[in-house]
Amino acid sequence: MNLEKVVFGFFILLALTLNFGFVIGEIDNPDHHASWELFAAIIVNLIATVLKFGERTQIGAILLAASLVADLQLIAAAVLWGVAIYGTEVGLTPMVMASIVSLAGGALVANVVSVVLLIIETVKIHR
Amino acid sequence: MTGTVFPIILRRMRGPLLAVIFAYAVAMVVLMSIPGVTPDGEPWRMTFLDAFYFLAYTAPTIGFGEIPYPYTQAQRLGFTVAIYLPVISWFYALVTIIGLVQDPFFRQAVTEARFQRQVRRISEPFWIVCGFGDTGALLVRSLTERGFPVTVVDKDPRRIEELATRDLRMFVPGLYGDANATANLTAAGLGQPNCRGVLSVTGEDHTNLHVAITVRLLRPSLRVLCRADHRATAANMASFGTDHIVDPFETFADRLALAINSPEMHRVFEWLSGMPNTPLVERPQPPKGRWLVCGYGRFGKAVCRQFDRIGAEYTIIEQAPERAGAPEGNVRGKGTEAVTLREAGVESAAAVLAGTGDDADNLSIVMTSRDLNPDLFLAARENQLANKPLFKAARLQLPVEPSYIIATRMLSLITAPLLPEFLRIARGFDRSWHARLTERIREVSGGVVPDIWTLEINEEEGPTVVDLRRSGHEVRLRHIVTDPHGGGERVNALVLLLVRPDGVVPLPDLEVVVEPRDRLLLCGTEDAHAQMNWTLFHRNTLRFLVTGEQRPDGLVWRWLAHRRNTA
Repeated sequence: MNLEKVVFGFFILLALTLNFGFVIGEIDNPDHHASWELFAAIIVNLIATVLKFGERTQIGAILLAASLVADLQLIAAAVLWGVAIYGTEVGLTPMVMASIVSLAGGALVANVVSVVLLIIETVKIHR
Repeated sequence: MTGTVFPIILRRMRGPLLAVIFAYAVAMVVLMSIPGVTPDGEPWRMTFLDAFYFLAYTAPTIGFGEIPYPYTQAQRLGFTVAIYLPVISWFYALVTIIGLVQDPFFRQAVTEARFQRQVRRISEPFWIVCGFGDTGALLVRSLTERGFPVTVVDKDPRRIEELATRDLRMFVPGLYGDANATANLTAAGLGQPNCRGVLSVTGEDHTNLHVAITVRLLRPSLRVLCRADHRATAANMASFGTDHIVDPFETFADRLALAINSPEMHRVFEWLSGMPNTPLVERPQPPKGRWLVCGYGRFGKAVCRQFDRIGAEYTIIEQAPERAGAPEGNVRGKGTEAVTLREAGVESAAAVLAGTGDDADNLSIVMTSRDLNPDLFLAARENQLANKPLFKAARLQLPVEPSYIIATRMLSLITAPLLPEFLRIARGFDRSWHARLTERIREVSGGVVPDIWTLEINEEEGPTVVDLRRSGHEVRLRHIVTDPHGGGERVNALVLLLVRPDGVVPLPDLEVVVEPRDRLLLCGTEDAHAQMNWTLFHRNTLRFLVTGEQRPDGLVWRWLAHRRNTA
């Protein structure tokens, strides 16, 4: 067993689970989506991205790309949240909340792709 | 190899970046979890934005202010951690980047990537030179002088540094690497479609052999010109079809024999294969008498073989005759002492050839010989180009510079593929023919070694000739070598050879009608070359020279004339 592989898999899976945890719930209800969870998802996603740096395989490149997409979507969601609360007087209206959650939902898809690729790679190695 | 630089950066930066992310995350949690009190006594906590902004100005050590409200003692205690952690992680990242820039492996990757970019940017046909020693430097200089881009591979980093400081006419990318490695040859442009060929002139026969095989296998259509110091290597190279193998000693020995046997022909040889734009020297011709050959190594053996062929008399002076396998009648010794030279009969000899592998010995041999017999013809092998001034000061009749011999020979093979053919044919002629030829070369060259070039009459190299032939005019050689701007004067160029499918004509008559697909070998000044190109590419100039009529020309006029003719 390789500790590096464990850490790698751990963060990629954690990125997906946190992301999923944030997204789940009524899409326009702010009570169902915790800001802390979004924060944690962003941090874990960033860590997962950095862990994928420097891979020169084809699958490594796609893994990195998927992670970058997830980062972009999650950070966009966080920025939208910040702008809605502090930047403007709009506040967390159902519409704003729905946008935030759908952005995070997009990131969720990218994270699913990441995990699927990881599984494919693992299966290939074992064969 | 191009893709190595970026992955190396990313891989190395993984740790520092993780530290930065981790520090930010922890710091933000700390900042947001400790409650504070507003001036109005209300309790408050930092929001995500407050915390991130706080880190934005503390982590890069920009400044500090207690916003939005002055902090409580508890907050200050916790925030100290939130300040130090990101600052330290940033420093870690910076130090890693600085370390990376100084890392030799990383630097090598960066220079290799830069080299490959430079090579890819070459759009004209170019040559790869392996080995940037004396020979390589001469080749690179003369190739760039003639407008051929060159890339260089050498395994000595100092030589590559030196390449950058040379005052060359065009930029020459150099790679520090072993030419034995296929990857380095590929980096130097072996796979590029505009690569013309490879010149392998490293000091090691095995490397040259390896390069020849590599090119034969990877790009069979490319030309490979190789230096071979040993006969076994030369034979090996020839066995798989290396285009040209240049053995400096064999080449020299062959020339020396030619010079002794037919001095006029040798002069032609020397003038046509010299380094262009160097003065046309008239060296004293080697005598027919007895030669003292000092050193029976590869060089001495090559010379003696040729002496045997032409029946010249010689005495060998060799330190270890048994080991060198010297024939009977040799004299044991170095040749640097008067005793040995006397024993070999220096007083009655006609010439001395100092051919050891040591420049100091060679100089000593010629100086001592001159003292003993001032009338001797002196020849000495120069092993290092750096010693050239010494050999010059010794005022030898015939200096032997292997690097020069290789470079000039390869150069003539590149720029004038017909030259060996011409020289072969010229050897068959008699003395007076040679004398006439030297006379004519002297006339057109203006005192310097003439430029030699090949011209093929086709759409690319002589479109006007093809055009005029098609319209039924007879273009003669005379027209091509006439100065387009002077009243019927000849340019300073001489047609040495005319090659067509049904025959090869040395020194063709100027009244010969030129046909498409004719190949010409010419020599002359650089100006003459330019003037001829003018004629070959300007339709009106050649038409005027051929028919004497001058008409306004241009796309529009030609089109109008065409319309009038067809209407």
